Amino acid sequence: MDFNDSPEEARYRTKVAAWLAAHAPRFEAGPDIKPNSAAWVRLSKAWQKVKAEAGYAGITWPRELGGQGGSMLDGVIFQQEEQRYRVPNVLFQVGMGMCLPTVIAYASREQTQRFVGPALRGEEVWCQLFSEPAAGSDLAGIRTRAVRDGDEWIVNGQKVWTSYAQYSDFAIVLTRTEPSVPKHAGLTMFWLDMRSPGVEVRPIRTLAGDEDFNEVFLSDVRIPDSQRLGAVNAGWKVALTTLMHERLAIGKPPEHAGIEQIIALAKSIRTESGGMLLDAADVRDSIARYYVNDAGLDFLRMRAQTALSKGLPPGPEASIGKLVMAKTRQDLAAFALDLLESGAIIEDDDRSVLSTLQQTYFWAPGLRIAGGTDEILRNIVAERVLGLPADYRPDKDVPFNQQ
Amino acid sequence: MNFQFSNEQEALREQLQRLLKDGPARCRAVMAAGDSHDRALWKSCVELGLTAAAIPEADGGLGLGVMELCVIAEEVGRALAPVPIASSALYATEIIRRHGGEAAALWLPRLAAGEAIATVALTEGTGSWDAVPSAVVVDGKLSGSKLPVSDPHADVAIVSARSEEDGRGYGLWLAPLDHRSVVRRSVVAVDRIRRHAVVEFAATPVVRIGKQGEGANLVDGMMDSAAILTAFEQLGGAEAALLMARDYALQRKAFGKPIGANQAVKHKLADMYARIELARGHCYYGAWALDVGSAELPRAAAGARLAATDAFVFAAEEAIQLHGGIGFTWESDCSLYLRRSRLLAQMVGSRRRWTSRLVNALVAV
Ligand SMILES: Cc1cc2nc3c(=O)[nH]c(=O)nc-3n(C[C@H](O)[C@H](O)[C@H](O)COP(=O)(O)OP(=O)(O)OC[C@H]3O[C@@H](n4cnc5c(N)ncnc54)[C@H](O)[C@@H]3O)c2cc1C
Repeated sequence: MDFNDSPEEARYRTKVAAWLAAHAPRFEAGPDIKPNSAAWVRLSKAWQKVKAEAGYAGITWPRELGGQGGSMLDGVIFQQEEQRYRVPNVLFQVGMGMCLPTVIAYASREQTQRFVGPALRGEEVWCQLFSEPAAGSDLAGIRTRAVRDGDEWIVNGQKVWTSYAQYSDFAIVLTRTEPSVPKHAGLTMFWLDMRSPGVEVRPIRTLAGDEDFNEVFLSDVRIPDSQRLGAVNAGWKVALTTLMHERLAIGKPPEHAGIEQIIALAKSIRTESGGMLLDAADVRDSIARYYVNDAGLDFLRMRAQTALSKGLPPGPEASIGKLVMAKTRQDLAAFALDLLESGAIIEDDDRSVLSTLQQTYFWAPGLRIAGGTDEILRNIVAERVLGLPADYRPDKDVPFNQQ
Repeated sequence: MNFQFSNEQEALREQLQRLLKDGPARCRAVMAAGDSHDRALWKSCVELGLTAAAIPEADGGLGLGVMELCVIAEEVGRALAPVPIASSALYATEIIRRHGGEAAALWLPRLAAGEAIATVALTEGTGSWDAVPSAVVVDGKLSGSKLPVSDPHADVAIVSARSEEDGRGYGLWLAPLDHRSVVRRSVVAVDRIRRHAVVEFAATPVVRIGKQGEGANLVDGMMDSAAILTAFEQLGGAEAALLMARDYALQRKAFGKPIGANQAVKHKLADMYARIELARGHCYYGAWALDVGSAELPRAAAGARLAATDAFVFAAEEAIQLHGGIGFTWESDCSLYLRRSRLLAQMVGSRRRWTSRLVNALVAV
């Protein structure tokens, strides 16, 4: 076991850290730049462009596609170092983490060549049109219809909770092409130009107050058959490719509070008797518990990193990462806000510690839902890792249009 | 970055799993016979080199390292192996190896060969690991009482006691337990498999381990190492409890289906798994820190101790819940794991002690 970087890893880390130190500070989002604002989008695109020019975008993607041909480990090291700065990079997470890998796996060579470059340079934003009002966890229950018309498909339906759709140039969209078979068997995936006639995007305000996600109405949208990803009615398999990448893409949101902030806070606050809050037994107990989870997540990532460095996929333990991360953020932020008593009530206070804590706390419910809810993730661990029986699903083998 | 055991270490694990495979059944046999440990299994453990693993080759050992001890601890914990590996090879031998001086040359070869068994006798009436002992050494003779002492049938124990030369501190000493001045009174412990006793010394000849007045420091250091090795033991136990509960959930039927088809059951098992995997990461970090003598050792030890204690206690408690009535019986293996999880949670310092050490270490950075 070796906790330190190998000489090769250390060299790459040093190089990356030096580059980031020289460039990242200029792209850090200050308190005036609210997440999902227009200014934030501009900053996100600018940062992505700088990264691409320096060879730090698409680190793990093959060279012939415009990537850097680096190892998964290089990608992880860059991510770790980048996380030290409050640079905005989540705008491209859906595209780079999920949509593009799906496009690369299923689109034609020319199409792939067309999309990878602009995505890497932050010129084009992608979104994922999967969830619908009636289908989230049970994604295969989507109703958006695609009906064939010669060389085209005519698409009608409504998508919802689509992150960054309002800023997106392209999307991958899951549709129902065959309603007379069981739900998983009648789906087809396409890529879509978000400027196509009939696409209407309406931002939805999140609980946290920002406009992260949207509802997207698709009315008689024409999609050429050449934009199909995978075979007709094989969309479920394609969606699984996307979702597999989703699990790997989710890390700790860089702008959220961690154990260091809590310790700093507990040091800075005095108790009634004049001592440091940090010396109170209950405060110490909570800090220890959050440290166990927080550092435990780092160790999970290191185990995944070890597997990747040996050319192996991450082990099954990687599947608990998002589950633990989201709830830990929620509890940790609630605890820290409590330490501040009435001082934590005011929200437009620009003390960055307070706003970070509030931001963490009010985003945590979303993290516990997005990308698989806590309950769905526990099911996945129970079924795929521990081998327990699948839930009873009465609709599994029934044709979709007879449900 | 390499956050995994090596292939050789994994091969050792496989050998151990084969050797220890019916741990709980062996435990019951030992308890029924009223024996101190499973002698046949102990002999096999010695043959496999478990007692010699971390002892230098010059002292008759195999000269392996901390990593091997961690693998041993995990597998012993998984199987509840009724042999004094933890007390002797993981705790006492480690102190003698690091600080034994002349005593090391005498005892390590015998410990390596499995001819002698060692244990630690560091706590007294209050059960605290940080209290100054009341046992005293005068003219090389130890008097006082130690409790509870694990595996008291050992030949030799590391004992904490004050003497004139220790000033306001105390020292560590090596005491023969088979000397006629020693009385060992068995006590019934929460864990019936690992024997415990009150050990009384009345002018027992002892030799010093480490320097004068250094006892607290040595115990402190030993605690970090013991916490990490115990965490591996807890990790193994937790995983065994999880798999036992998982297997039962697949096999037991209620309302026309396996109980494991219910989400309340599935999600509980998933939560056990999550805690265990978080604890495993902390254990690995601890193993590394101990192995290289990292400055991060205090933090790593405390993190491993807290994470593994919580994981094992949670897994053992909830395994019983998932078994229903049968889980609450003396005969069920659930009882062995719950009792072991309690023993290990009480040994080597409380949650409060390790919480305090952890936060001190975090704040110091
Ligand atoms: C911040 C955010 C961003 C998102 N971004 C995107 C995006 O970019 N693209 C996209 O397509 N989607 C996106 N989503 C949607 C997300 O994938 C869904 O919200 C999620 O899968 C849950 O689906 P749902 O909202 O329909 O809730 P439901 O599936 O209706 O779940 C409601 C409750 O029922 C529980 N539940 C459901 N099924 C089960 C079961 N079998 N067992 C136990 N409990 C169950 C859930 O756990 C939950 O607690 C986003 C969501 C959020 C919050």
